[in-house]
Parts: sequence; structure tokens; C-alpha cells
Amino acid sequence: MSAAGRSARSVRPVRPVSIASFAQSQNVRRDEEHNEVEMLLPVIAEVFGTIGITKDDVDFICSGSTDYLIGGPFSFVTALDAVGVWPPRAESHVEMDGAWALYEAWVLLQEGEIDAALVYAFGRSSLGNLNEILALQLDPYYLAPLWPDPVSLAALQARALIDAGKGSEAEFAAIAARSRRDALGNPKAQVANDIPAATLLEDDYVVSPLRRHALPPITDGCAAVVLAAGDKARAWSERPVWITGFDHRMETHSLGARDLTGSPSTVTAADVAGVADGPVDVAELHAPYAHQEIILKEALGLDDGVAINPSGGALAANPIMSAGLIRIGEAATRIASGQANRAVAHATSGPCLQQNLVCVLEGE
Amino acid sequence: MAERCAVIGVGQTHHKAKREDVSIAGLVREAAKMALADADLSWGDIDAVVIGKAPDMFEGNMMPELYLAPALGAVGKPMFRVHTAGSVGGSTALVAAHLITSGIHKRVLCVAYEKQSDSDAMWALSVPQPFAAPLLAGAGGYFAPHIRAYMRRSGAPEHIGRMVAVKDRQNAMRNPYAHLHLADIDMKMVEDSMMLWDPLRYLEACPSSDGAAAMVLSAEDAVSGSFPPAWVHGMAMRSEPTMFAGRDQVNPQAGRDCSADVYAQAGITNPRAQIDVAEVYVPFSWYEPMWLENLGFCDLGDGWKLTEAGATAFTGDIPWNTSGGVLSSNPIGASGMLRFLEVAMQVRGQAGEHQIDGVRLALGQAYGGGSQFFSMWVVGSDKP
Repeated sequence: MSAAGRSARSVRPVRPVSIASFAQSQNVRRDEEHNEVEMLLPVIAEVFGTIGITKDDVDFICSGSTDYLIGGPFSFVTALDAVGVWPPRAESHVEMDGAWALYEAWVLLQEGEIDAALVYAFGRSSLGNLNEILALQLDPYYLAPLWPDPVSLAALQARALIDAGKGSEAEFAAIAARSRRDALGNPKAQVANDIPAATLLEDDYVVSPLRRHALPPITDGCAAVVLAAGDKARAWSERPVWITGFDHRMETHSLGARDLTGSPSTVTAADVAGVADGPVDVAELHAPYAHQEIILKEALGLDDGVAINPSGGALAANPIMSAGLIRIGEAATRIASGQANRAVAHATSGPCLQQNLVCVLEGE
Repeated sequence: MAERCAVIGVGQTHHKAKREDVSIAGLVREAAKMALADADLSWGDIDAVVIGKAPDMFEGNMMPELYLAPALGAVGKPMFRVHTAGSVGGSTALVAAHLITSGIHKRVLCVAYEKQSDSDAMWALSVPQPFAAPLLAGAGGYFAPHIRAYMRRSGAPEHIGRMVAVKDRQNAMRNPYAHLHLADIDMKMVEDSMMLWDPLRYLEACPSSDGAAAMVLSAEDAVSGSFPPAWVHGMAMRSEPTMFAGRDQVNPQAGRDCSADVYAQAGITNPRAQIDVAEVYVPFSWYEPMWLENLGFCDLGDGWKLTEAGATAFTGDIPWNTSGGVLSSNPIGASGMLRFLEVAMQVRGQAGEHQIDGVRLALGQAYGGGSQFFSMWVVGSDKP
């Protein structure tokens, strides 16, 4: 059964949950000064501090991270010291991007028995060789032993896009140039500059047809969000940013069995989340490679009037395991500030956009 | 308001030291297909898949949900990956249950596994980390001092651990899926086994197993299958830090808080009287008396007396781990889910030779990390 051929929309009423607070670290190429706990401590303090609450005001904690970055088991265990779960707390962890940790917390808030949750995610990509580490996400019997690196897999996708007439190297360069230029307004961005697309096209290929500018930076960073419902949502925000739709979908692992020029899982998630139910002002898309923005824009049905990745997106900073969570935080920030009324945030996991999450946010 | 949630299908693999006949995908699919068949459902009837396992480094496969999605019928569906250390099998079931109780989905497949033969868990647990106390002797080396502390505090005699080791292996003889089938297990055999981490001998420790567990969870209006559903009456998770001055590692506060929460939801005020059977995460023999106290089945210091008196034996008034428990099968990521699954089987009357008669309310418990992550549920034959 194709994902797109099946409407999974439910008539279930959604309990309004707000993004009450968002904080992220400075995104950097290599943070050798801090371990994971030290990276998280100021971010957790900020996410609570800006709305004047403490850890005692949240009922649930959920985090996202992967052991493979630190090269040891249970990296999330010590990271919990950044929160300080004493007395003991209801807490969980996903070995996924923090956007999915936020989804788990949102699910619990739907039941109406708790009203607030802390979500955080962290990743220090600099500790190892990402090209080798991410190859271990692949089928361990037939693919991983060949060590296909993520850049080469993304290049296959970009080539398929060009061959299908859906994108060009010039368009990839234009997306990269726009993203890094927008990132000049984002003090947390790692890569921000104003270089014309024509100049970027003079780069050498890293893996054809992808040049350096079309690749995400390698980033150390972390982020945190406070979710709130009910009275807490109103008490903690002057203008609550509500999650009005939320879904995520998986595709098959076998790259040869996928049409890499489309994203049927994003189409389904967007349908369930109700992206098309209203106008979209801003979209924060987790598109680590420039060409993936084209695929996601089409899958989400976004027109040219939508401001895409005003933060600079993953091309400006791509901290593994928190880059998706940051998309939700960045989108919410633009609504809270009044720059936008309705936004779409997206997160991805796996090679060539295998798994995708879509979150619709609306201001009051 | 939260919706009701029921277990309507269970499946598990034959747990073995090496399942060389299947890939990781084959292993999880074996358990999942069995759970679907038990619920009289097919892949298309499932709305979402939740998968859990212990550290990815155990098999060397990062975020394996990506690779396992097609094997578990998850293509086009939401698929979620949980990792909360040793408690993960239980936590995975709870994340899946919340997808039902929140009203988001009608039927959710949850799966947990470990293929320990693809790995060296002892090595993976012992990678030195900067600024962290080295754990150079695997989990047993970490827990042995806590067991010594328990023995000193409670005055428990040395033979209690051996009694648990014998009891759980005798129970495993009734469970065709158990890894260890030690027909001639007795106190002397345990006593004669090699000392691994004083006071734990070889036969007082869990085996290293390949295995998977799966359950189909359902909303009230989507119940199917020929066995009656096991209704979730209470569920909770609690975590506390690994170490800080004043932490009680023998009787962790997180475990006490977690059970208090679950009992309150399930209306349990006297666990020993009201809970008919329990599956509790006992990877090392002494954790039975320790958890008896932590879970409130007796007063502090009396856990070993219940074990010694046979209260937790198959014929006792509170049978614990009639499946043989973690001491008889330990596919790490799945071990917690097996506790949750086995009590559902007891409630549904499908536990075969290790079935206890007339089970109406049962407790499943899992723990992980340095005895700091807890997940529990209580399931019952009546609707909550």
C-alpha cells in the first residue's frame, strides 16, 4: 500500500499544546571545551529561565540523541544530569532527532493528565567521522559493509532530481546562497555569509553533482523546548504558539525501491497534520542537502510565497539529533514574535529523507 | 480523557545464545508475525510501529528502525524508536500504549529485540568515557557491590541468591521459549559454578541471548483475537541520576515512586494481596529480594524472607517470574518487554505450562542503567 494512497487523517480533536519556550546552543564546528552535560546546562537554564519556570514546573521530560556520536553506550544517561532529575521524574528517551522526542511528549500531553514537558536533544558531530558513522545506519548485511557515505547517497538523490528535470545545480546553489545569507540574521548559525550563487557554482564537486555549498556543515550543538497546555500555556506565553497538526511517516530502507525525487512519507505526514488547511507563512525544513528543499517543498505543497528556512536551516547549522527539533523551535519563534501566523516545521531521519515528521504551528 | 488500552496479541522468539538461522530483520519479524496472528490481524491493520532496543553499539547498527521498517510493515506509517537502557522493552510498550490511550491510534505494534550474538555487550558496556567512572566488568561488576550492600543491610544469608537462581531456572523448564533449560539445576550446581563478581556466581547471572518480543496494543473499539484482552490498569516511568551523594542504589527512590504511581492508577493498596503474578526484571539473582522490598511486597529488610519461604515460587502466593525471567532469557532490549508481555499472557490465560490459575491482576516491571530507569505496568482481566 502506498503511503500517499491512504488518507490517515483522523477526526480526533487535538488538545492544543504550545511551544512555550525554545533555546539552542551556539552551533559550532567543534566544541572541545564542553562535554554533553556542559553544552546542555546553559540551554536548559535558558529554556526555563526565559519563561521564569524551573524543572519542577514540567511533568515529563523526553530527550533525543544517538550513542554513535559519542562512541559509547547510554550517552543520554549522563546527559540527564543537565536537568538534574531529583527527586525522580517521569522521563523517556528516543534514539531519534529531538523532534520525535517532542512528538512523544506531545502524545502524553494529549491525554490531558499533564500540562507541561521539557524536550531536549544534543549531538557532537565533531567527535567522530560522520561519513563513517552514518554509514552504520544502513542495512548491516547488504549495505553497511560497503560503507556508502551519506554525501554519496545524497548525491545519488540529487542526480535523480536533475535527471527528472526537477532541479539543477544552479538551483541548488541558489538555495545554498539564500540560506547562508538568511543565516546572517541568526546569531546561533554556524555558516552565514553573502556569496552569490554564481560564485558558489565555481566550487569543485565533493560528490557530483553536489558541490561543497550544497552540503550541510558538520555541527556540534543542542537545543531544548518547553511544551505547555491548558493554563500553563497561557501563563507562560503572551502569544501562545499552538501545535495544530503533527504526524510522522516512514519509507522503505531500500534506496533502489524508492523514487528519490519525491517524498511520499512527507506527503502523508503533511496530509495528516493538515498543512493544506490554511495558508503557510513560514516553513522550517530539515533539508541537510540543498536539493532536498526542492523535494520537501513539493511534498508539502508549499507555494513560492512561503518563506523557507529564514533561520538558514540545516545548511547553516546541522547539529545531528537536534537539527529537526531546532526547526520546530525556529518556526515557533517567528510566530511568537508576530512575524508569522502559521508555520510548518519538518524533521528528517535516515538516508535521503527516509523518515519525515511534519508539525503545523499557529499563533493565536 | 484517556482511552482504554488492551494487549490483544503477543509474540516472542525462541531465545537462544545464537540465532544464526535469522537476520536481525528475521528475528523481529518472527515475534511480530506471531503477535499479529495472536490478534487475528495482518500488517495492514496496524496504524503505527514502536521499536525499542538497548544501545545500538551492541549490534553495530545505528538507529536500526530505518533498516527494520519494511520487515515490520512500517512503510507509510509512523515508526518510533525508544531507548531507555535496560528498561527499554518496558518503556517501548508504554510509548506504544500512550499512542492508544491518547486516542491517536487504534492498533499499535510494539517490538523489542537484541541479537547479542552479533555483538559483545560486555565490551560495549565498557568503553572508557572521559570524566566517567569506568565500568570495566559489565553490568554484573556494577551491580555486585549494591548486592553486597543489600546483604549487609538486611542480614540476608548467602543462599538466598542461589534459591532465586534455582527457582527461575526451574520455572524456565515450563517455558518453551526460554533460552536456558537446565533440567538438573539445584543449589549445589549453582554453588559449584564459577564466581564472576563476588557474591554473584555464573549461574546467578542472566545469559546472553538473541531474541525478540512483540505485542499488539489496541483501543477498546478495535479489540480482536481469540484470547481475551489484557487491559492496562496503570503505567508509569521514573528516572533518577546515576550517581550523587545520598542516592540509595539498593532501594532506588525512582523504583518506589514508579510503583506508587502505577498502584495508585490500578487501585492497588496491598501489592502482595492484590497482585496475582509478577514478572520483574531480575538479571542477577539477588535482585528478586531487593525488588520485593522496592516494589512494596514486604517491609524493608524482609524481601529475602519471602524468597526463602517460597512465596515467590510457582506454588507460592506471589509467583514471580514463572516464565523463568531474565535469569533464563536475556535478549537485553527485549527483556523488559518480555516482562510486560508475560504478565499479559497470564491475564489472558495463554501461558501454557507456566500459567498460574485465575490471574486477574499482574505486574510487569523493568529497570535499566545503574538501577535508575524504571518502567512498569499493571494489566488485568477486567476493564479498568
